[in-house]
Amino acid sequence: MKLSFTSEQLQEVQRLVSRYPEGREKSALIPVLHLAQDTFGGWLSTEVMDYVASLLQLKPIEVYEVASFYSMFNLSPVGKHLLEVCQTGPCMLNGSDSIVEYIYQRLGIRPGETTTDGQFTLKTVECLGACGYAPMLQLGEHYKEHLTKEKIDALIESCYAKSAALN
Amino acid sequence: MGRKLLLEKAHVENIRSYEVYRKEGGYRSVEKALKTLSPDQVTEEVKKSGLRGRGGAGFPTGMKWSFLAKPEGVPRYLVVNADESEPGTFKDRYLMEFIPHLLIEGMITSSYALGSNRSYIYIRGEYAWITHILEQAIEEARQHGWLGKNILGSGFDCDIYVQRGAGAYICGEETALLESLEGKRGNPRIKPPFPAVKGLWGCPTVVNNVETVAALVPIINEGGEEYAKIGVGKSTGTKLISACGNINKPGVYEIDMTISVEEFIYSDEYCGGIPQGKKLKACIPGGSSVPILPANLLLKTAKGETRMMNYESLADGGFASGSMMGSGGFIVIDDSQCVVRHTYTLARFYRHESCGQCSPCREGTGWMEKILWNLETGKGCSSDIDLLWDIQRKIEGNTICPLGDAAAWPVAAAIRHFRDEFEWHVTHPEEAQKRNFGLAHYADPLTAPVA
Amino acid sequence: MADEIKKAPAPLKVTIDNITVEVPAGTTILNAARQIGGDVTPPAMCYYSKLEGSGGKCRTCLVEVAAGSAADPRPMPKLVASCRTTVMDGMVVKNITSERVQEARAGVVEFLLLNHPLDCPVCDQAGECHLQDLGYEHGKEGTRYQFDRRTFEKEDIGPTIQLHMNRCILCYRCTYVADQLTDNRVHGVLDRGDHANISTHISKAIDNNFSGNMIDVCPVGALTDKTFRFKNRVWFTKPVDAHRDCPDCCGKVTLWQRGDEVLRVTARKDEWGEVQSYEGKPGWICNTCRFEKKAATDWVIEGPTSINRHSVISQGHYLGLQKPKETIQEVMGGLNPRLLMDIHDVSEVNKLELSQLPGAATSANYKNESTKSE
Repeated sequence: MKLSFTSEQLQEVQRLVSRYPEGREKSALIPVLHLAQDTFGGWLSTEVMDYVASLLQLKPIEVYEVASFYSMFNLSPVGKHLLEVCQTGPCMLNGSDSIVEYIYQRLGIRPGETTTDGQFTLKTVECLGACGYAPMLQLGEHYKEHLTKEKIDALIESCYAKSAALN
Repeated sequence: MGRKLLLEKAHVENIRSYEVYRKEGGYRSVEKALKTLSPDQVTEEVKKSGLRGRGGAGFPTGMKWSFLAKPEGVPRYLVVNADESEPGTFKDRYLMEFIPHLLIEGMITSSYALGSNRSYIYIRGEYAWITHILEQAIEEARQHGWLGKNILGSGFDCDIYVQRGAGAYICGEETALLESLEGKRGNPRIKPPFPAVKGLWGCPTVVNNVETVAALVPIINEGGEEYAKIGVGKSTGTKLISACGNINKPGVYEIDMTISVEEFIYSDEYCGGIPQGKKLKACIPGGSSVPILPANLLLKTAKGETRMMNYESLADGGFASGSMMGSGGFIVIDDSQCVVRHTYTLARFYRHESCGQCSPCREGTGWMEKILWNLETGKGCSSDIDLLWDIQRKIEGNTICPLGDAAAWPVAAAIRHFRDEFEWHVTHPEEAQKRNFGLAHYADPLTAPVA
Repeated sequence: MADEIKKAPAPLKVTIDNITVEVPAGTTILNAARQIGGDVTPPAMCYYSKLEGSGGKCRTCLVEVAAGSAADPRPMPKLVASCRTTVMDGMVVKNITSERVQEARAGVVEFLLLNHPLDCPVCDQAGECHLQDLGYEHGKEGTRYQFDRRTFEKEDIGPTIQLHMNRCILCYRCTYVADQLTDNRVHGVLDRGDHANISTHISKAIDNNFSGNMIDVCPVGALTDKTFRFKNRVWFTKPVDAHRDCPDCCGKVTLWQRGDEVLRVTARKDEWGEVQSYEGKPGWICNTCRFEKKAATDWVIEGPTSINRHSVISQGHYLGLQKPKETIQEVMGGLNPRLLMDIHDVSEVNKLELSQLPGAATSANYKNESTKSE
């Protein structure tokens, strides 16, 4: 199966490209990779990256180089819900370690692991710029701040509910 | 109570929307600049204001602007650095999230001064929802004629675009940011040439922090000279401080740089003191890269003077007994925390964020992290502390970009001021796993001058 | 107007380690130092004069600028990468006369060797490895690193080039070769930080006809010639200059022979270890010349290659040894310190037949001698 964006998404790619002067289409690479990752299952397979390369008329290696540099691009599959817990200085001061530990108690996954049902992947990340609202984690596009055990319970439940609603 | 210039209207309901922002006096500075001032006059006002870059280095903005090369027929660019990733810093996020139009307004005036017809905001990838807020604000501004062709009949065209990064602290370094904006890996460029001559797509470019550009609004509205009257000495205007760590009221505060550090930490107007009756042990006053200071050197300088929240006073004593204003990420550490562990998380951060281009940073940051982990987990020996010192010394100043220095300074300062805590980890490996070192003498009054 | 353009700009004067040279505007400190030659030339692991954009990364060529220029004689606060810093008129540079530089360089060498496998005994690059030379001249005995060395998964990049990522120092030279010599780069630097690595991501064969030049530019044993793999040690082979009429490249090569057998073909190297230029053009060679012409009859032999005396390859004592310039007297302002032992002469010691030395050479001899005298 050959992957492809929908025609609306292709229009979006065109809009992204139009933000740069002529001949600078490569600048749209990172925004287009974001779009691709959101569209094709939350991670960038070689196939997806090759597709992006063909859209922007780049060499595939140029896309691999960029995709592997940035920590937000996943080069291997992840669960439906990606929990990214910040663990840098200020979050550590406010107990990020216990958040990671609590997620392990709840879901049985350590950083880098995915639950067997493919629902959750846990990642520890470096500073997300929410130091005043620590401890925190990122879930998709959103920040979940001032975390407590109760908040994590609620978060996990809402993720399960979301998955159930989609099925 | 200090004067507020940027966050004055932050609490007005729905200030995020164009209508409310405009009603509260928004976009006046654009009208004033485009109708009554020439681009050079705007730059002149910025010079007069004494504004210093709010991203961390504190370089005078007016001077930076005057370095911009202006060859005929070559486009020039303004790029706003919203890749806020310095641990402890979250001020730009606050500004963009709640008063996005302030940034857009400052950008239009700055673009006019610099002659940039296409300006970009490079925002860190994780701030996905703020990207939408900014794009919404830009769209509103465009609809009301503040962006596009021939703005206010001045003949000046300008468009603003938001570019999202994808998770890389290094892209806060201006040349790495430009590389990333060009769709490449965020490897810092080797300077010279500087962006002012060869920046985005090889064209002259100015890269400014969000807060710096936003400060254009009060500078133009009030005039550079009036702005310069606020603050003290070379620390003019107001500064956003993002306070976090072990304090009662973490958040973003606007200060006018005339208050003392002690007041900032303990007054209810700002941080509101330290929770649970704990004591102040240490503080990193300007984002994770700047030197950590123990309580006694934080509240008073080595000379015994009260330390103030401004560029000069925070830097008083150099690295031996002072620190830096940096990006304004104010991290407070109480007496129940472990400095070794905290330093370890910062070393891990810098190892994770090193781009890997130059050898001292690529190899040295990982080495420091591993040694710190050994010390923290009771597997270190006393020679490791000297080794750490030597490694950081060999990284500092020898790398392509300032990330090497940023990785070296926190380690150096932690050893400089908290060496006994590191040694305690070596001499009491088992105890160090069960409890932390405590406050020790770090808050004792200084009797002898620090060399 | 046209006359003004034609007029060459005045040469700039730069003093490096007390030796002054004149260079055209735009020359880097490193290239000015190369003009002087000898010990005052900083080592360069990533800079390659024939590859645009290279340099600045490894930090081995850091030097101290004691005076920025005649017009502005302030020193530069930080050490600068000499390969990417251009000379100003009246600039004063310190390289081997600066303790700061020596210390920083020792630090850089330590960093470069930190995760290096040190598998020289099985590495084909040994003997012509720039990292070995660097370690020898600026490194310290032993390592202070107490952790496991970083390793990467093996990747097959094709039938002719062997990639050993563990040995790589990330100089980026091979990526510049692929960008500037071939029309389709398929490998690059992936990941970041201490995990950055050279890879194709998809184990794709690198098959461009000029890809073999990546081997020649690699300063270490990260990219080596698969057709030469484990065939011999370079210092046992005999380098011979040869040429052939090649439709694709300059056809000027060095053959590395053992007897009449051609074990390896490389481009010819200059004294800085870079590919030689002919009429201003770098003498890159094509893969056909490099990998397929392995018979002495494919080539017109010109004669023995002159080898820089710094190289362990000169152990073979071939004709035309190039002696590196001795600059120490000039650097020291006319003083000529007496060396206890010139390390470069160590190999000369071995030339002597020990049994011919007067006196006892071994304990066995000693016994014989002593019994004789009794």
